Formats: sequence, C-alpha cells, structure tokens
Amino acid sequence: MAATADTVRQVEEVTGRAYKHGFVTDIDMDMAPKGLDETTIRFISAKKKEPEWLLEWRLKAFRQWLQMKEPNWAKVGYPPIDYQDLYYYAAPTQKPKLNSLDEVDPELLATYEKLGIPLKEQEILAGVVAVDAVFDSVSVATTYKKELEKHGVVFSSISEAVHNYPELVKRYLGSVVPAADNYFACLNSAVFTDGSFVYIPKGVRCPMELSTYFRINAENTGQFERTLIVADEGAYVSYLEGCTAPQRDENQLHAAVVELVALDDAEIKYSTVQNWYPGDENGKGGIYNFVTKRGACRGRRSKISWTQVETGSAITWKYPSCILQGDDSVGEFYSVAITNNAQQADTGTKMIHLGKNTRSTIISKGISAGRADNTYRGLVRVGKRAEGARNFTQCDSLLIGDKCGAHTVPYIESKNPTARVEHEATTSKISEDQLFYCMSRGLSTEDAVGLIVNGFCKEVMKELPMEFAVEAQKLIGISLEGSVG
Amino acid sequence: MAENSSLALLTAVPAPTGGADWLSKLRRTAVANAERTGLPGVRTEAWKFTNLNALKALEPVAATGTAEIARPAAFADLEAVELHLSNGMLSHTGDLPDGVELVDLADPTAAPDWVSKTLGTIAETGPHPFTAINTGSFTGGVALRIKRGTMVETPILLMVDTRGQDAGGEQTVAAHPRVLVVVEDGASADLVELHTGAGAYVNNAVAEIVIGKDARLGHYKHQSESDAAFHIAMTAVRCADSSTYDAFALLTGARLSRNEVRATLAGRHIEYRINGGYLACGDQHVDTSTFIDHAEPDCASHELYKGVLADRAHGVFQGKILVRPHAQKTDGYQMNRALLLSREAEINSKPELEIYADDVKCSHGATVGELEDDQLFYLMARGISRERARAMLVAAYVDEAIDQIQREPVREAFRTAAADWMQKHIAGAPASEGV
Repeated sequence: MAATADTVRQVEEVTGRAYKHGFVTDIDMDMAPKGLDETTIRFISAKKKEPEWLLEWRLKAFRQWLQMKEPNWAKVGYPPIDYQDLYYYAAPTQKPKLNSLDEVDPELLATYEKLGIPLKEQEILAGVVAVDAVFDSVSVATTYKKELEKHGVVFSSISEAVHNYPELVKRYLGSVVPAADNYFACLNSAVFTDGSFVYIPKGVRCPMELSTYFRINAENTGQFERTLIVADEGAYVSYLEGCTAPQRDENQLHAAVVELVALDDAEIKYSTVQNWYPGDENGKGGIYNFVTKRGACRGRRSKISWTQVETGSAITWKYPSCILQGDDSVGEFYSVAITNNAQQADTGTKMIHLGKNTRSTIISKGISAGRADNTYRGLVRVGKRAEGARNFTQCDSLLIGDKCGAHTVPYIESKNPTARVEHEATTSKISEDQLFYCMSRGLSTEDAVGLIVNGFCKEVMKELPMEFAVEAQKLIGISLEGSVG
Repeated sequence: MAENSSLALLTAVPAPTGGADWLSKLRRTAVANAERTGLPGVRTEAWKFTNLNALKALEPVAATGTAEIARPAAFADLEAVELHLSNGMLSHTGDLPDGVELVDLADPTAAPDWVSKTLGTIAETGPHPFTAINTGSFTGGVALRIKRGTMVETPILLMVDTRGQDAGGEQTVAAHPRVLVVVEDGASADLVELHTGAGAYVNNAVAEIVIGKDARLGHYKHQSESDAAFHIAMTAVRCADSSTYDAFALLTGARLSRNEVRATLAGRHIEYRINGGYLACGDQHVDTSTFIDHAEPDCASHELYKGVLADRAHGVFQGKILVRPHAQKTDGYQMNRALLLSREAEINSKPELEIYADDVKCSHGATVGELEDDQLFYLMARGISRERARAMLVAAYVDEAIDQIQREPVREAFRTAAADWMQKHIAGAPASEGV
C-alpha cells in the first residue's frame, strides 16, 4: 500500500511544477480584427493573395459551417467557445523572402532555442531534417529546400503551394477531408491560415525526414493549420510534426486539418509529438485541440502510418484515420496519450476498409493521472467488398491515482464474412510489485514509475523515427517528471 | 430528443387507470416520460444500429385473451414449475414450492409491500422509452418472491407467449408482460424464461430482478418468437452484497429483437455473470445491449456473447462496463465474438469501458470473422464433408457460451435449443441428440 500512497503523493507534488515551455515572444503582429464573418475570410484570403477559387471554397465552407452544430458526443467538457471572440489571422510582419536561417528574425530563432528545437543545429547536422518552421500562421523559414528540389520533392507552405502548384492543390485539397466533413474541419476550411504542402513525385523516396514545428504564439489566436501531403505512385515520405506552446491564461483554440493521399505503392509515415500547454492543475487555460487528420490509401499496396505522442493540450479531440480504398493497402495507428491534472483526451482512429486484403493495426496506450479523463474512441469498418480485410486493435489504459478515468469506446462494423477483426483492451495500474522490484534495485519512485510507463508505451515509441524518438522520450520524460512520478 | 415520436405502441394499450395510488403515480410518470422522449431513432446513441422504422409504422392494438402455451421441444423434458404469461396476462400457475410467493400483476391494487415498494424502482422509465411504455401499459404479469433463506431446487419455467394476427393481417397486437423477481437474503432459485408466439405482434417485456445478500438467481432466457414478431425486452437487475446472478440468453427468434440487460452491482463481492448467444438468419435483426454498473468494490463481472449470423442477418452488440471511482478491485471481463456465415450478414459491435477506479482489472474484446480455414481443413482431411464440418464448428463455437450456464439440466436444454436452431438453418447440422 505504501508504494501506491507514495506514488499518488508524488504525483500531487510534482504536478505543481510549472509548464517548462511557458514564455511569450514579443513580435510585431499583423492581425485581422477579432471575430468571424465573411469579411474576416476575405481579409485572410486577400492577405494571402489567393486565387478566386480558393476564396469561393472558403466562403462555401463558412456558409456550411454556420448551419452546423458543435459536436458534443466526445467525452470532454469545456465552457462554450465564443467564436466571435477569437482572432483568425495573425502573422509576423511581412519580411522579404529569406534564403537562409541567418535572415530569420533573431527573436524567433531565440524562441526555438528556448524550446530546445535546434533549428541551427539541424542544419549543421548532416541534413537529416528539413524544417518548415511555422511561427503562428505563416511559414517563415524553409530549409533544405534546394536539396529537396533536386529530387523533385515539393515541401512548402500551403499558401506558397497555392501559387506555385495550383493544379495539385486544387485537385487534392478537401479530397480526403471534405470542407463540410465536421464542425471543426469546416471551420478550418473557411479560415485556415497556413500549413505545409508536400508532394513526392512518382518513384521518389524522400531523401530526408520532413519536419514542421508548429508554434502557437499570439494571444487569443485560433490556429487553423492545413496540411496536405500527396505521395505519388511508389513514393515514400516520413513527416514529423511537433508542437509546444507558451503559457497563457485564456484558452486557445486549435482546429487543424491534415490530409494525406497515397497512390499506388506509396507510403506516408506521419509522426506527431504534441506538447501544447495543458492548462494549470485546475484546468485553467490550456489549448483546445480539435484536429481532423485523415489519410486516403487510394492506390494499391499503399500504406499510411500515424504515430502520435500526445502529452499536452487541455482538450484533445483527434482521430487520425485511414481510408483503405486501394487493394492490399495498409493503415496503422500507434498512439500514446498522457493526460494529467484536469486534461481531457478523447482520441482514437478510424480504419475504413474498402479494398480487398486491406490490413490495419491499432495500438493505443492511454495513461491517465490526476483528475484527467482519457478516452479511446475508434471505429473499424469493413465494407462489403473488402475481401480478406484484417484488423487488429489493442487498447491499453494505465491509471495512476483513483480520481482519473480511462475509457474505451470501440465501434466494430463488418459487412464481409472473410474479414477478420479483433479488438482487445485492458485497464491496469502500476502494480506494487513492479514498483518494488525497481526500487529494490535502487531506483527512486519517480524513476521507477518513469521506467514502467516507458515500458508500457514501448510498442508505440519504437514506431517513431529515430530523430523524433529522442524528443518524444524527452517530452514523456517531462510529463513523467511533472505528472507521473 | 423526440425523433418521429410514434407512440402508437403506448396508446394502443390504454394506460389502466385506477389501481393503487403508488401504481397510478408510477404509470403517470412513465407515460409522461414516454411522451417526452418518443421512440428512439438511429441518431440516439443507444439505438444507433437498430432501426425501428418498421416498428414505428405499426399501429398495434392491445393483445387480449389467453391461450394454451406449449413448451418448445428442447425444454419438453426439463423438470420445472410452470408459469404462463399469455398475451401479457398470467394464465397458469403451477404448484409453487414452499417459500415462494406469487402476485398476479393484473390486479396489483392489493399488492403487498414487497411489490409496491419495488415495482418500477429497478427499471428506469426516464431514459428507456420502451420500459416507460411497458410501465404505462402493462395489464398483467407476475411478481415472484423467494423468501429469505429458501433454496428452490426445481427451476421455475416462465413461459411468455403472444398470439398475434396472422402475418399479412391488418393489425398487429402488442403485449407488455411485466415480471418482478425478488430473491431475498440467502435465498436461491433458477428462473427459465421462454418467449414464444405466433403471427405478427410486439412483445415489449420488462423484468425487474432484485437479489438480496448472499442470494443467488440463475436466470436463463430463450427467445424464440415468431418470424413476424418484434421482441423488445428490458431486464433490470440490482444485486446486493455477496450475491450471485448467473444469466444466459439464447436469442433465435423475432424479425427484430432487442435484448437489453442493465445491472447495478450495489454491494461488495458480487458475482455477476451474463452470457449468451444470438443465432440469426434470413432478414433477422438481433440487438444485444448490456450495461454493468460496478458501483461498489470487490465485484466480478463476466460477460461472453457469441453470435452466428447467416443469410442477411444483422447482429448488434453493445456492451458497457462502468466502474465508479469507489469500485476498487473490480474484475470485469467482457467478450463478444461474432461469426459471419454469409456475404450479406452484418455485425456492429461496440464493447465499451468507462473506468474511474485505478485498482481494477478490466478487459474486453471483440472479434468478427468467419470459420477458420485450418479447422475446416482438419475435419475435412478426416473424411468429414465440408458442410458437416462447418456445422460442427459452428456448434462448437456456440457451445463455448452455453457452457457458461451453471445449472446443469438447464444447460442441456439450451444446448438442445441451439442445436435445434442449427439443424433448421445450417446445412449439415446433426439432429440435437447427435450433439
């Protein structure tokens, strides 16, 4: 019993710790006035010098959004969001286009350094990672563009892509997540400010891992990122997304949309580490993270793999999904979600099997501490024509303390007898035996809990790309230090 | 909330007026609840997979009169005390053993306290429209009390039968049988519930079960309604300290059925077992929904449901386990396996956990698929025809759930009932005595 009591006490003690990444950068902002109407959308579109079709697309989405109701089926609670009390556009003041990092606002670079994102270092470090760093809404630094260009890989901000590759953007934007897909995606379609666009041409294996660090900065700025990744036949890309945000008292809304398209034999690996401000121990402040992520395996033998490590945000509402259209296509979802204090996470995935012999794997690890609620919500649907489809789902929950909750809500729908769908879920706590074993070998409670939780998440962590795994472990480390023990 | 609030079902049976105060109050609340919510549509989460449009289109009239009820073949030899509910009315009472008290719910005005204080308190009418309709409309039923410390050896066989119009007849009838079983502290009994009928009808049944301290109830249900019937059943259970509830449901009948079992484990050291099998073919729709509320520490729940879906049958399984913050040391197990035997069959499975206590052992699982090729091959390599091999494997598959029935003669009767179904609907299945 003592060990348990210790753990709980320790959790309480360490949760008092302030968010490490809480600081604010002062920088000139070019803002749209608060509130949302067609004028705001025209303002954003004009700022970005967008073509007419895109403005129309945005306005159509906005009009649909006005007819929609905010969903309330997720197991999260929050005060009503006043969509008129938000800024929908904030960009660092316009600077001339940059050729290298040296030309970037030094204050921006300093912010990244404080976050421990070694942008400069990465440039030096053998060109493993290209960073399309997003500061608030506008991409200001794109590195390794030239190297990528050599392979024909397009990696740019989506606003640039609208100008440079209008055909590609027009063809794929909204083709996976339609503008009116759901309330938050629809809002995003109307007001999205920036994000990344990636196109890997036929047969190209992207020479490096692509990485974007999203950074929420301006106070009261809703962030509406839009990411579109297209892997043409036989292409491969690994995309990394990592986030941290400064401490704020007011809730910040984040409604991103990510669309992935994989054609024949293409593979997209999308990894996320999310560490936005979770709010204080009473849940005050913190990011509302309402994200729509979906990938379409359009081609035969294509593959889309989602890996996420979710440690931040006051509310996480996120279901990275795969539509397995192509025969023999593969979808994967690996997730670690850690909630602590008053955090609420409702996350999971959808695997829609349409093609023959499609396969999907879902591994979800939920860790709940403090008074947090952690829900896995997932759907596995097998269509009539999905001969020989195969799914395996495993959802494990770990509870730390007796005031938190862990929930599992899987939906399984099968219309094909040759399909095989398996779901299993367990709920457990850190056993006293495990703690005792570690501690009798000289580990502190904190280290022991850290070790055990890391072991619990191992299956997911090993899916992360090497460069990212280090950071992810660090982030889990911080969450563990600051939340688990 | 109210979607297409067709309440023909309710108005078809004029809510009985008069009666004791407690009863009229209960009925008024129920009718108000039913009118407020209406019948659920597919946008209501709890009814997401079960479309009630066919039921809503009906304008049934109240079932009247009573008829003789015959036992289904599989139960012919089961030694039991028979109770008959024909068209929702108690029509026959066998010789009840000592320590068992019976009240006919057709006239509950003079009902003793154990009825008036309990009836309507276990099955909630607020969130459950069909329960509300039953509560507002029941014209008969039976309340059973197993007195403190009584061990009832012979199973009580409750035969619920509804006679509808011939299929194609203009009107459908609706019956709302009501059952209350109170097993007092230290008592033990077995209740076998059989649902049968003929023609087109709606059987909207509600059973309330109260199990006292150290008491035990075996509750085994076989639903083999007519092909044209709608079967909507709610079983609400409340268990006290150290009690045991061992339940099994074999669902084979009705064109559309919903078997919902909701339990509150309101004491410690309860053993709650709820298992079942659903076998469907043709255009049948079979919905199993269960909810287990672990409200107190140290309880164990075990749930295994196995489904076999042939032809164009549509199976639904929704199971939820709630573990409240206080319910430490809960041991919960839930498993739903479904076998799809045809290209047109469909299954929707939603096993759900909602857990607020950390020192618990909860697991659940669900599988969907067809028979293993390896197993078929194994049997066929030994000279067994494909058809026969397939039938053997299906029988073995269902047997795993039937094995969970703790009471032996009852278990064998259910095994026979399942075998009878398979013989009728699965090519190559042996006659029941062959299994």
